[in-house]
Amino acid sequence: MIQGTPPPGIAARIIKGIILTIACLLVIIPFTGVISTSLASPESVARAGGFVIIPDSINFGAYRAIFSGGVVSRAVWVSIGVTVAGTAISLAVTTMLAYALSRRGSVGQRPMLFLVLGAILFAPGMIPTYLVVKSFGLLDSYWALILPTAVSAFNVIVVRSFFMSIPQELIDSARVDGASEWMTFTRIVLPLSKAALAVIGLFYAVGYWNAFFNALLYMNDTSKWPLQLVLRAYVVDGSSLSSSQLAGADGAFPPQQSLQMAILVVSVVPILIVYPFLQKHFAKGVLTGAVKG
Amino acid sequence: MAGHAAPDAAPSTMTTDSTPAYPPDDGRPGPRLSLDRRRRRLRRDLPLILIGVPGIALLLAFHYLPLLGNVIAFKDYQPYLGIAESPWVGWENFRVIVNGDPAFLNALKNTLILLFLQVVVVFPAPIVLALVLNSLLSERLKRLVQSVLYMPHFLSWVIVVALFQSMLGGSGMINSWLRANGHATFDLIGNSDLFKLLLTSQIIWKDTGWATILFLAALSQISAELYEAASVDGAGRIRQMWSVTLPGMRGIIILLLILRLGDALTVGFEQIVLQQGPVGIGVSEVLDTYVYNQGILGGQWGVAAAVGLVKGIVGVVMVIGANKLAHIFGEDGIYRS
Repeated sequence: MIQGTPPPGIAARIIKGIILTIACLLVIIPFTGVISTSLASPESVARAGGFVIIPDSINFGAYRAIFSGGVVSRAVWVSIGVTVAGTAISLAVTTMLAYALSRRGSVGQRPMLFLVLGAILFAPGMIPTYLVVKSFGLLDSYWALILPTAVSAFNVIVVRSFFMSIPQELIDSARVDGASEWMTFTRIVLPLSKAALAVIGLFYAVGYWNAFFNALLYMNDTSKWPLQLVLRAYVVDGSSLSSSQLAGADGAFPPQQSLQMAILVVSVVPILIVYPFLQKHFAKGVLTGAVKG
Repeated sequence: MAGHAAPDAAPSTMTTDSTPAYPPDDGRPGPRLSLDRRRRRLRRDLPLILIGVPGIALLLAFHYLPLLGNVIAFKDYQPYLGIAESPWVGWENFRVIVNGDPAFLNALKNTLILLFLQVVVVFPAPIVLALVLNSLLSERLKRLVQSVLYMPHFLSWVIVVALFQSMLGGSGMINSWLRANGHATFDLIGNSDLFKLLLTSQIIWKDTGWATILFLAALSQISAELYEAASVDGAGRIRQMWSVTLPGMRGIIILLLILRLGDALTVGFEQIVLQQGPVGIGVSEVLDTYVYNQGILGGQWGVAAAVGLVKGIVGVVMVIGANKLAHIFGEDGIYRS
């Protein structure tokens, strides 16, 4: 299709080029600064007075220090565990509920649909949610990082509309052949929805990896902190990491700045890895949600 | 839903039943079924219901139970008594709102200032960016720029705040460079006068790129013929923007404004709670952090729940009201009533 707007004049093009270049640099420069400082040698960090813009040598000391045991390694494992388990649970529960809601006219479909839609409109407050989680005995339990946000009502509606676009004849013929609901769901509907499930799964995974609010509310035990809380304590609030908190840091202890930036890099890298997959699908996903949700 | 074929769930029990397995789904309750037949339908659909149960159970436990838990707004909650046993106190907890407690009023004031900034400064930013992106000649260049600008949306607030500190903080990258080269340094992060500006620029940095998606989609729907017709009628570039481009985006702009209004009193909890320390409560407290600080940290459960409850109700009323307003303007809004 022809582009809607007319081609811009030369002056307009230069102005647009400058605006977009600045916008892109504003996103890219912080990352290069952070990565450079995490990799810089202690001497060049000292010489630069804290932050290194372009490192003269590559030094993995900071990464070796945070990964050889102690606070940060433990937090990385907590975050990985919560992300993997949480995504699996969320995907299973979301697709199952979406399937039950996709079969129009069945008993109970309407009341269940109302419950899901109602959950989108009425958000419960922070205090009652906290008290409910507490009354279930979930404080300082890893479950508190998963269960309260395991089902996104919005995602249920998106998956449901995807399931409803699957030709009804396929499901009918499976049922006529004597397949149970569960078999129809797992053998027919799920395999046809792989792409949609990948997208929803990635969104859940990014959500769990980035989750800060639940951990802030429910995790008082510092030994169970996920990476986002460690990031807050040692990078945002600037508490200094001592060698006793990092088991394997022997000999020359890396500068605080490098350690902090290494933690920051470790928390960003998983997002950067899945980002291309997200980007491939998300525009479509957002639009589907906006139109059908 | 005529023509909606009925998957025959339990052939053996259905043979004597000549009615269609599913009644037409027209939104009206069907004729009353006999108890026997209803029981049979329930047995047929039971597996389907069971598949939905785990999700429904989670929503009931962590969504609807807390909604009911809002009753503590009317109670003097005592942790050792629990929600049910704590004594009722009527509207007592709402007195901070009605009587205008200074800490509450401060939080409300900051919330409204930030809301104003977010509607006036943050909201138009992606519209401008979408217009700039839309008229790029090269499709590949456009996609490259989009890849870079969408990325920050997927970072958590902790990461974004940490990045801003690393760049602009007292010992951040820009200041270390200034110091190393003998220039005067500045402290943007700990400056309470500039705090709201900092919050606003962080939101713009994180979400402007991402927010262009819907505006770009709306722009691609505008027919090229409209521009041709306008240009034949002698409309210049500015006039075309005003009379063709902006009207083409009207629907999506109104829709997004409504959604923003529904969340009007939510101006960013994580972002603010992370940065309250250095600048203090005075400039940084908003309604959500007030609920957190009073309730979770301060133990004023009833008061915090009351403020949270009022905030939630205002949100629902705002969505419905804004949607009505959209209908008056002849737009679809989120739903048609």
